[in-house]
Amino acid sequence: MAVRTRYAPDRGLTVRMTATMFLLGLVFVAFVALIIGIMAATHSSLGAIIVVALIFGGGTAFISLFYSDKIALAAAGAREVSPREAPELHAIVDRLCALADMDKPRVAISPTAMPNAFATGRNSKNSVLCVTNGLLRGSRLTPEELEGVLAHELSHVAHKDVQVMTYASLLAIVAGLLVRFAFYSEIFGGGRGRGGNNSQAALLIPLIMLGSALVYVISFLLIRLLSRYRELAADRSGALLTGNPGALMEALKKVSGGMASIPTRDLRSAEPLNAFYFAPALRPNGQGLANIFSTHPSLQKRLEELAKVQRQLNQTTPGDR
Amino acid sequence: MGFLDTLFGRTKPVQPKLDDLFALPSAAVQLQAAMGFTPTGSGSVSFKAVAGKTFSDIERDVQDLLNMDTGKPGGGGLPVEVTKDNYGYTWLVANHMSDEMEALVTDLHAVNSALVDNGYGPQLLCTLVAFRDDSQRSLALVYLYKRGTFYPFAPLPGRQDDHDTGLELEVKGVLGDDLKIEQDMTRWFPIYGAPGL
Repeated sequence: MAVRTRYAPDRGLTVRMTATMFLLGLVFVAFVALIIGIMAATHSSLGAIIVVALIFGGGTAFISLFYSDKIALAAAGAREVSPREAPELHAIVDRLCALADMDKPRVAISPTAMPNAFATGRNSKNSVLCVTNGLLRGSRLTPEELEGVLAHELSHVAHKDVQVMTYASLLAIVAGLLVRFAFYSEIFGGGRGRGGNNSQAALLIPLIMLGSALVYVISFLLIRLLSRYRELAADRSGALLTGNPGALMEALKKVSGGMASIPTRDLRSAEPLNAFYFAPALRPNGQGLANIFSTHPSLQKRLEELAKVQRQLNQTTPGDR
Repeated sequence: MGFLDTLFGRTKPVQPKLDDLFALPSAAVQLQAAMGFTPTGSGSVSFKAVAGKTFSDIERDVQDLLNMDTGKPGGGGLPVEVTKDNYGYTWLVANHMSDEMEALVTDLHAVNSALVDNGYGPQLLCTLVAFRDDSQRSLALVYLYKRGTFYPFAPLPGRQDDHDTGLELEVKGVLGDDLKIEQDMTRWFPIYGAPGL
C-alpha cells in the first residue's frame, strides 16, 4: 500500500518497547508471587501491611491518573487560555487535531521562563496541553518549530502515555511503599512482643524490605527506559503528523540549548513534572550511567531517530508506488 | 487508535474520506432557498505540504490538472492559485462562476484525488466552499476530510478573533438534513482569512 510505506512503523522501537513491558510484567509477577508466599508463610499481621500498601499505592496511582491534568497544571502554575487569548496557539492545535482526527485538548500557558511544553490527562477528552511562556516568547522558535513541539505533545495524548506510564509505575509505587512500611515496622514494631510470631516476623520483615527494594530499583529503571521509548515514539508520530521532522529537530536543539542556561532554582522546582515535559528539566551530568536514570533520551539519540524519519519521508517519492 | 497502537505508541495515518463532498451542490441549493446565501464560485483545498522537494512537484501537477479545465469549450473554469497561509498549510484556490457549483466540486474532488493517489491523503486538512448573502455576509462550508463531515464558518468583516456563531448555528439547523454536519463543535475550528473565503 502506498501510504503504508511512508508511515511504516519503527519495528525496532516496537520490539524494544515490548521487551521492556514484558520485563516489567515479569517483575510484577515475581513480586506478586513474593507477596503471596509471604502471606502464606506468616499470619495476618504482615499480610495487613501488604494489603495496606497495595490499597494505598493503588489509590495514589488512581488519584494521580484521574487528576493528572489538574495536578500538573497546578504544579506548573499554568492557566488555561481561550482561543481569544491565544489565537495562534489554538489555531496550530486546531489544525493538527484536524489532521490527526483527534479530540482537541484544552490549551494552557505556564508563566515559567524555561522553554518547555507538556501534555497530560487520563484520556483524550480530559487532556490538557501546556506550553511555557519561555517556549512561546523566549526560545525564538519559528512557527514550524513550535508546531513540531505541539505535534510531539499531541502524540503523547494520542498514545495515552499518561495512562500507560501510570500503570507501569503502579508496581514501583507499591514496592516503594512496602520498603517504607517494612522499615518502620522494623523500627517500631520489632521491639514489641507479638506472641509466637515474633521470631518469624523478625526474619521476614528484612526479607520483604530487601525484595521490595530490589523490585523498586528494577521497575524504576524499566519505567525510565519505557519513558525514553515513549518519547522517541512521540517524536516520530509528531514528525509524521507535521511532515516536517527537520523543524522538530531544530526545536529540540534550541530548547535543549536553552535548558542549560536556566537558573538552578527553576530547574529544581520543575523536577517533579519531568516525565511529561518535552525536554527534561534536569540535564544528566555525564554520559553513560546518567542516561539510564533519565526520563528522556539524549538529544543526540532523538536527533538521530528524527533524521531517520526525515530520510523515510524524502525517500519514497510518489512515483515509486 | 487500537489497543496495540496505544501500547506501542504508534500512530496510524488517518485516511481522508472524499465522497461526501458531492453532497455540496444540493446543500448549496438548500442554503440559497432557506437563507439567501449564494455560492461565490470559489473554493479551496488545504493541505500540509511535506517538507522536501518531491512535494513541490505534486503541487505543480495539481495545478496543471485544474488548469486543463480552462481549455474546455464552454467551460468557465479559471486557473487555480496556490498560496501558503501563516500556519504552513498550502491552499489551492479554484474559481468558477457562482452558478457552477457542480464543476467547482468536481475540481475540488480532482485535487483531493490527485493528492490521495500520490499517498498524501493524511496531509489533507480541509476543503471549503464560499458563500455570500445580499448584505455581503460571508459564509464558508468547511469539509473535514478525516471526519467526512462539514461545519459552517461565518467570519465577521475585519475581525481575526471572532466569528458569527449565531449564523453558524442557524446554518447547522438549515442543512442538518442535507449535509453530514460535524456534531462535535470543538472541531469547528475558525479559519480566519482562509484563501478562497
